[in-house]
Amino acid sequence: MASITFREVDGSSPKYWMLFGFLGLFVLFGALAWNTMHHHGHVVTGMNNQIVWGLPHVFAVFLIVAASGALNLASIASVFNKPMYKPLAPLSAILSLALMLGGLLVLVLDLGRSDRLIVAMTHFNFMSMFTWNVFLYSGFFVLVGAYLWTMLDRSVKSYSKAAGTAAFIWRLTLTTGTGSLFGFLIARELYGTAMLAPMFIIMSFSYGLAIYLMVLTAAYAWTGRPLGDALMMRLKSLLAVFVAAVLYFVVVYHLTNLYFAKMESVEAFILRDGGIFTMLFWVGQIAIGSVLPLVILLTGLGRQRSWIMIACALIILGGIAQMYVTIIGAQAFPLDMFPGMLEKSSFFDGEVHHYSPSVPELFLGLGGVAIALLVTTFAVKVLRLLPASLDDATVAKLEH
Amino acid sequence: MSELKPMSDNAPDSPERRRFIGAATATAAGLTLVPGVMLIEVAHGRPEDQAASSAVRWGMLVDANQCATGCDDCVTACSTENGWTPVAESAHPTQAPQWIRKLELQDPLTQMETNLPMMCQHCADAPCVDVCPTGASFKRADGIVLVNRHTCIGCRYCMMACPYKARSLVHESLNDTQKPDVPRGIGCVESCTFCVQKIDRGDGTTACVEACTAAGHNALVFGDMNDPESEISKRLRELPTKQVRADLNLNLGVRYHGI
Repeated sequence: MASITFREVDGSSPKYWMLFGFLGLFVLFGALAWNTMHHHGHVVTGMNNQIVWGLPHVFAVFLIVAASGALNLASIASVFNKPMYKPLAPLSAILSLALMLGGLLVLVLDLGRSDRLIVAMTHFNFMSMFTWNVFLYSGFFVLVGAYLWTMLDRSVKSYSKAAGTAAFIWRLTLTTGTGSLFGFLIARELYGTAMLAPMFIIMSFSYGLAIYLMVLTAAYAWTGRPLGDALMMRLKSLLAVFVAAVLYFVVVYHLTNLYFAKMESVEAFILRDGGIFTMLFWVGQIAIGSVLPLVILLTGLGRQRSWIMIACALIILGGIAQMYVTIIGAQAFPLDMFPGMLEKSSFFDGEVHHYSPSVPELFLGLGGVAIALLVTTFAVKVLRLLPASLDDATVAKLEH
Repeated sequence: MSELKPMSDNAPDSPERRRFIGAATATAAGLTLVPGVMLIEVAHGRPEDQAASSAVRWGMLVDANQCATGCDDCVTACSTENGWTPVAESAHPTQAPQWIRKLELQDPLTQMETNLPMMCQHCADAPCVDVCPTGASFKRADGIVLVNRHTCIGCRYCMMACPYKARSLVHESLNDTQKPDVPRGIGCVESCTFCVQKIDRGDGTTACVEACTAAGHNALVFGDMNDPESEISKRLRELPTKQVRADLNLNLGVRYHGI
């Protein structure tokens, strides 16, 4: 196998520091948003006793799901032994760690008592999927961190496959856990199904790869390093398969629900009568997040890098729309405590719950995105994560 | 030191001294009599050093047929007893905690209307207890589901899990309506406690039940469902009752008649 030269990004140009500063600014905004929420309480958010998880959870769960997916290329390289993807693995691992960090920060800073994080680290209830997730997240950092180490340090290189395999199994378990946060809830119609775990896994493949491709392309374009089409064509085809698989899961999920009379009203809410949620489902999740990217990636447009980038951006936007519908849409639909009866109360029983995200929530979420990108930007400067060249000739050599 | 009173004030016949002796005598008399009174209380209540017993299962019967339209005495009583601001007085109604609320039901086909109070159902298999990451949400041996105010991190997972929408997050700093025996706090989740402070004092009932009885509706009965001789057990034997979302098989501490 041909050898690949990994090199740090120089990172001394004004452009690099501008990017660094821009992301840093959003991290600062995120910190201020958290401070506002922590000082005043959740009264300054759009969340209430009906919509208890809001925009921060949309960002947090999206980032955590995408983090698992960003590890795709590293997994393909080591677990499935595809040497062509080996040069892509270090960035895959660091991006995955960075996204996980961003997502977790948003999650914990949105707690009603974020100052009690230590309690969450010292008091465990093993019946809780949340508790399992605490261990899954921590383990993820350890395993992916160790895996990255085996990639960067020649003296432990022989453990790379073992570490990669462990990280691969762990990230599948982790996303099963993320999906099961919702899948294990009996109260709401749209949750409480085993379908959510595999659906979140396939979504992670799609969102994670889309983010990875955008970061990779940006890194190579901004540093002037060659990135060949051979690699991009393979990856965009892989992305198309993932997007199609997500669409398949979404279709099966809703079709199954539609078959049951008891689910008809909640499905009608999401698919037809839900206002913003219906729009986000059809326009955001289906059209922007699935159909358009598929059209781009599977037609001649997909041969142009700019169109691949557009498809990736659409997949990410569609993914956020999907999380919004999954997390907030499911809460907006009233609980059906007395099936067949009309319900009314001072606690808004029997009516669709409204939610308008507030500025602090938005900036807390964006702060998580910014910290993920900031960590990645810094990591490529201080660690040898990116191959000096990924042109077609270099990549072709790897295959033989 | 000028604040010191002259010695003459402490003379055997001074007014202060007479008052002191009077008070001391009354205290001594009280100390002699109170243990007897206390013993009667303790027979029903529970000493602080004694754990709640699983021999007891506190429960409530709601007779929806007796629950009056437009009456919210139970809600007011709960708010007064536990110190949460009534939703009508809250500046943020969608974010205001509501431990108990009146629910109006209507059958769209027959137009039949039903009234009932809805609150924590004190499930034997409580989903909120299962999902709580820190174990702050817990069920006491006597069946009361509570939130430990010190270990609740405000993740709201229990609110996502509760099929009865029984829980509220405290969204803002609390004013001075807090009660000394009902700890609450910003950023924590809370719900109906079956007036655990009253039960532990030995009252044997809740504020909502007292209010409903005082208003003459008698729609609520509270008691030990494990004691076959308790009023609630007798009534539950006679009346057909239902559990809300019985399909979930959560074994509720609140049973409804007339739904």
